[in-house]
Amino acid sequence: MTSVITIPPSLDDHTFEQVVEQLAAVPADAKLLVDARHTRWASPYGLTALLALGQTRDERPILAAPDNEETASYWARTGFFRHADELYDLQGSVPKARGGESTVLLEITAVTKSEDVHDVVGRIQQKAQQILSKELNIDAKATVGFAMTLSEVCQNIVEHAGRGGWVGVQTYTWRKRLANRRVVVIAVCDAGCGFRQSLESAPGRVRGDRWDDAAALEEAVIRGVSRFRDPGRGQGLAGVRRYVGRWDGKVSVRSGTAKIAIVPSWDDDVPLLEKLAPFPGSQVQVTIPERVAGGPR
Amino acid sequence: MMMHIDVSSVLRQTLSCELYSNLVTRPTGAAVRTQIEALLADALERTLTVIDFSHVGMIDFSCADEVVAKLLLRYVAAEREDLEAYFLFRGVTDDHWDAIETVLERHGLALVLETSDGARIVGMVNEGERQAWEKVYELGRTVASELASALGSATVDAARMLDALHRRRLLMRLGDGYIAVGGLAHSRG
Repeated sequence: MTSVITIPPSLDDHTFEQVVEQLAAVPADAKLLVDARHTRWASPYGLTALLALGQTRDERPILAAPDNEETASYWARTGFFRHADELYDLQGSVPKARGGESTVLLEITAVTKSEDVHDVVGRIQQKAQQILSKELNIDAKATVGFAMTLSEVCQNIVEHAGRGGWVGVQTYTWRKRLANRRVVVIAVCDAGCGFRQSLESAPGRVRGDRWDDAAALEEAVIRGVSRFRDPGRGQGLAGVRRYVGRWDGKVSVRSGTAKIAIVPSWDDDVPLLEKLAPFPGSQVQVTIPERVAGGPR
Repeated sequence: MMMHIDVSSVLRQTLSCELYSNLVTRPTGAAVRTQIEALLADALERTLTVIDFSHVGMIDFSCADEVVAKLLLRYVAAEREDLEAYFLFRGVTDDHWDAIETVLERHGLALVLETSDGARIVGMVNEGERQAWEKVYELGRTVASELASALGSATVDAARMLDALHRRRLLMRLGDGYIAVGGLAHSRG
């Protein structure tokens, strides 16, 4: 019997939880149909997380592509179907990717090794400078920090996930929460071992009374703890937090059954969510909003 | 002995690729540092090495930890007896500084930066260390009594400060005097 997972009309970091909740009831070896026919929009997080979902299955799942031509065409331009084709049996109309989509800052890119991070950083620099300064009104100097942030979040896959993941970067207009301000979003998702298992592998680690996915995320994201004993480790996510804070941005990390977020004043997300439906690996999203007069520099 | 290491060249040799000018990822940083250490292995007892970032696009935190912090920890903070290694960092721009400053703070390290108008110490130094280093940089070769006179402090305190800055390899010892790293050309001028 095939289990059907329905993808919501709008797929982002929040609505992906609906997908995970449906998935929690399905055994890992069950045949799966991921139904995106009625999906009209997806964030980079939604698309990279869908790839991670495909990675979790024992048996190759089916993905029904969006019926809406515009949506399917956009997913193709992000490079989504190229990667999805390796994980899913694709059903429905899957258009060929055509270039020219200016809001896709970085096509969805597989990250498995250090060279992939070099490639991602090299590809994004020039376009990021243009987008950050012209569209988001952010000092061109912020481009380097943006590339560093991208590098560090991608390295988490290489260093800790134990398997490959995907990164996507996109700009768009945020109508609800930011009153039509532009944002640039980095999403990095994998279905690897996740933060808790990574930290548990630290040699000689002693567990405290409270030890779960939420505690692991607090240690890694807030306190900069790493599975390596090297005192120089753990600076990457701390640097990401600093960069995001400087530009009034937001970073959220989901792993296992928890999600932690550094929440700016313009957002109403919850800083720590626990007891979510389980999903393997780590899913990171960094959002940098357009700077408005009087905002942080 | 003075050496010059162009980090960008080392990066390209390490990756065997002409396309990458960014110092990103920890494995890349570790590989670049290993190459630098191999070059330093041939160094004499006392060496001043210019670590040149002029052609490096950007550096991330992980790479800065490997290339800058671990290099300093190995050759400077470890107070090695066999090799008196001094480093002068050249071509460090705002694009590199965020990551380098972060790792210096993390490890309590300091280094000397060559700038367009001379050199300066950066990183984890207290005000007394900074004043003393800047005075030695200004004076050129300096003995304890000269520093004491310039700062209005006791000679014994000045001697202690010079020794501390030398241990951090921010000053070079020449006989009974000291000279600031990056201060050779300055003091000759």
